[in-house]
Amino acid sequence: MKQKRSVVEIISTMRFLHILLAILIGFLIGAGFLAIMGISVGDAYGKLLDSVTTVKGLSYVVVYATPYILTGLSVAFSFKTGVFNIGAEGQFVVGSMAAAVTGILLGNLPKPLLIPLCFLAAMLAGAVWGIIVGFLKTKWGINEVLAMIMFNWIAFYLSNYIAGLPGIKNTGTAEATQTISENARTLLSKSTIADLGLAPTANWGILMALGAMLLVWFIIDKTTLGYELKAVGSNKFAAEYGGIGVNKSILTALAISGALAGLGGALQVMGMGGRISIFSSQEGFGFGGIVVALIGCSNPFGALAAGLFYGALTYGGSKLNLVGAPTQLISVIIGTVVFFIAISVVLERLGGGLRARKNVINREDAEKAPAGGPQKESSKEGDAQ
Amino acid sequence: MTDIINSLGILLFATLAYGTPLIYAALGSCFSEVSGVVNIGIEGMMTAGAFTGTVVAYFTGSPWLGFLCGGLAGMLFGALHALATVRLGADQTIAGTAINMLGPGLVIMIARVLFNSTDTIPLEPSQRIPRLFTGVFDTSTTFGRFMDNVFSTYASTYLVFIAVILVWFIFYKTRFGLRMRACGEHPQACETLGIHVLKTRFLCVMISGFLSGLGGACVTMAISNQFRPISIVGQGFIAIAAVIFGKFRPHGALLGCLLFGFCSGLKTVLGGSSGIDTQLISMIPYVVTVIVLILFVGRSRVPSASGKPFLKAR
Repeated sequence: MKQKRSVVEIISTMRFLHILLAILIGFLIGAGFLAIMGISVGDAYGKLLDSVTTVKGLSYVVVYATPYILTGLSVAFSFKTGVFNIGAEGQFVVGSMAAAVTGILLGNLPKPLLIPLCFLAAMLAGAVWGIIVGFLKTKWGINEVLAMIMFNWIAFYLSNYIAGLPGIKNTGTAEATQTISENARTLLSKSTIADLGLAPTANWGILMALGAMLLVWFIIDKTTLGYELKAVGSNKFAAEYGGIGVNKSILTALAISGALAGLGGALQVMGMGGRISIFSSQEGFGFGGIVVALIGCSNPFGALAAGLFYGALTYGGSKLNLVGAPTQLISVIIGTVVFFIAISVVLERLGGGLRARKNVINREDAEKAPAGGPQKESSKEGDAQ
Repeated sequence: MTDIINSLGILLFATLAYGTPLIYAALGSCFSEVSGVVNIGIEGMMTAGAFTGTVVAYFTGSPWLGFLCGGLAGMLFGALHALATVRLGADQTIAGTAINMLGPGLVIMIARVLFNSTDTIPLEPSQRIPRLFTGVFDTSTTFGRFMDNVFSTYASTYLVFIAVILVWFIFYKTRFGLRMRACGEHPQACETLGIHVLKTRFLCVMISGFLSGLGGACVTMAISNQFRPISIVGQGFIAIAAVIFGKFRPHGALLGCLLFGFCSGLKTVLGGSSGIDTQLISMIPYVVTVIVLILFVGRSRVPSASGKPFLKAR
């Protein structure tokens, strides 16, 4: 049966359009605040656009986005498996510290050996951080959100502690670690950077991010492991009944999720950072990852796009000062985007309702179908999308 | 002996000073969670309260008006969260995350406009939440100094203990409390009995925002005297943790917050003298919380309808 679909219905079924709509509203509301503050909207948004559309700007965006793509993938993966990995922050921090320590202590190793070692150390550290929480949950039933919040801070202070240890700490006055060995850096060669006019911290970490993205997609969509993890995520009782080890799944999911965040930490310190400072407050890479996963609909490809978007806004936002606009405008815009993504479910229900009503009309025309059944089904279908 | 009593006095003072904002926020989180709405936006609501409280106190000179407005600012964000999650059935984690970005983003932006800086101008002593019973105790004796440290504390601390009793009473001794808890357990059953699930939840999330706002205002108006972007760093999440720790009961959450405050206090007392690295000492509250969880608390049962949007049948 052919049906004409109204605009609302079409919008309601396309998740991608919701996100675009939310982004549009975010920028509109940001414009509203700019107008209230008496700052030219054109100037501010022009600056934002200009700063990310040059070759140099784009390379900055990629550099900024790389760690967020990884923490975004980490959180997205955890969402798929029914855990809310609010602990990506801590996993990121231990990961970056593990990479830094490896890069400092084993700095004499040749590049092809040292770089994989750093990656491995970081992923292992992140995975361990995730597994500890998983173990607390499966062994003692401790709420994972609570445990992760604690372990985020433990990681934070642990990293600060290690950064201050003799042999790791900067020998100068800086409250930071030494700069890691040149052999552990993922920076592009100086001549490439100069020839193409890239950002001085341009690095090939993004390739690792792309690889991780494909791997996550493959695990989730193409493997038995992914199927089991998703099954536990959507209904752990049914999964257990179906013969899937729930505890093992939770541990596996947190280990993979932690390894992804840990790798993010490694890419940050081996690419952009070069060293780790002693911080006074958390940096928020894990929190940014939550936002990236939400904007990217918990989908690996979505996380890439959302990570780049987040990176573009963070980098562009740092240039807003130049036209007298506050950098925090970016938080407001991103916050608004996330808020409207949250309430976009209304659109879906609206669409579902419309379709249901149309079905009723069609049925009345045909005067055949039994009452109740199809209407309910179609509205469910609308909700599910 | 004198030293020990002195240290103990300072430790208890620090416990209460660190604990108070957490207790406010944790009480707020209790309201929201128990009625069935996960409120991860406590942090953002605290930031809004912290900023608004300081600014109002700065411009009006009245700490109490500031404190109240801090609560109201939190409530505004609470209403926003409720609008999304309760009225529109949005995912509660996503909406809460949005609040955590919007709250700090907005207030720091306003700070830039008002003060041309991300910090507010420090409050005069008269504009801050006062300490009660100052000068009542004779500080020349050891015992007097101890009493002065413990009892001559901020008015907001005395208020929060009254609030805990009040909230406990509301939760377990009133009809509203029973209905509210029922909404978090089985909203469908509530609806069939004629309880307005949506109204109850909306109200609870707003109360949650109000209390979080008060908690935020304590940080910048009692312990410190100005708002800075790092005023609220993680206290909201610690409050949520305390609530899970306390198994979603106000008195349990109080215990969680006090434990946390105590360990943070320990950090201040030990910090200077012990020779242990300050970073490791700072870790104590978090490590102790995990150990206590393993040894004494264990499995906590989340209200069964928590996190699920309730959609009225049409």
